[in-house]
Amino acid sequence: MMDNVFGLYNYWVVIFLMMTGFYIVISQRNLIKKVIGLNIFQTSVFLLYITIGKVEGGTAPIVSEGFNVYTNPLPSVLILTAIVVGVATTSVALALIVRIREAYETIEEDEILAQEKLT
Amino acid sequence: MLLLLCVTAVAVVRMRGLWAAVMMMGIYSFLGASWMLLLDAPDVAFTEAAVGAGISTVLALATLGLTTTRAKQRSGSSMLPLVIVGITGAALVYGTLDMPHFGDPDSPANSYPHPSYVERTEGDIHIPNVVTAVLASYRGYDTLGEVVVIFTAGIAVFVLLRGSRSRKRTHRSEGSEVRVSRHD
Repeated sequence: MMDNVFGLYNYWVVIFLMMTGFYIVISQRNLIKKVIGLNIFQTSVFLLYITIGKVEGGTAPIVSEGFNVYTNPLPSVLILTAIVVGVATTSVALALIVRIREAYETIEEDEILAQEKLT
Repeated sequence: MLLLLCVTAVAVVRMRGLWAAVMMMGIYSFLGASWMLLLDAPDVAFTEAAVGAGISTVLALATLGLTTTRAKQRSGSSMLPLVIVGITGAALVYGTLDMPHFGDPDSPANSYPHPSYVERTEGDIHIPNVVTAVLASYRGYDTLGEVVVIFTAGIAVFVLLRGSRSRKRTHRSEGSEVRVSRHD
């Protein structure tokens, strides 16, 4: 039982962070807040992958004398790509928010929907 | 430190001021990067600190400058989202019970593909860092695709902001975009 708790603790922290991001996305009406929530969600996924790749007693995957055990480099590669793509999507989302603000004079979701109903 | 990470994330939920929320997001990214460093992924930690904590925060602050810094007080109960999140979280925790334990060298993710490519990297590519070798050489096409994604995003941001009333501000956002591509 205790073995399970220590072995899976990291995953549970990741799940907590992921659910925090999810909560922000579905409960907040401010669009910038939603983007921040998505970012938190995204980072938690990064942490999940890096956690999976960790090998007990390993070092960073840089080949050198005297080390035989390395942490798995594949999750690192995947997540490097994901981080950069994540920033690209975030920047597009923020640019969209700027345009929405110009068109509707607000970045609150409910006010935008109310304006949509009126027209 | 994991506790700090959780506290920061919860602080973002509680915060009304968008300015502070963006700053908290930066702190959160930085803590995440520190954790990645502890998990033996220095390359990812560098990128997360530079791109996640740095450029994302700058972009978000630029957006705040163009829009508003206050989130409106929202009305109505927040019970429903909390319940949904609780159920989803419980399902995910149930899912982890079957997962290999932290640091397990025999877990499927760490056994396939055969780890011999780590030994061959030095002879094949002549750089000791396996992450760089895989990123730039073995899976170079993926990285090319990634560059295309960033280029597309840059064009999208440019097209979206071109109609802006203020030309000066458009140029500022463009400047941040160029830096994103260079950091790759």
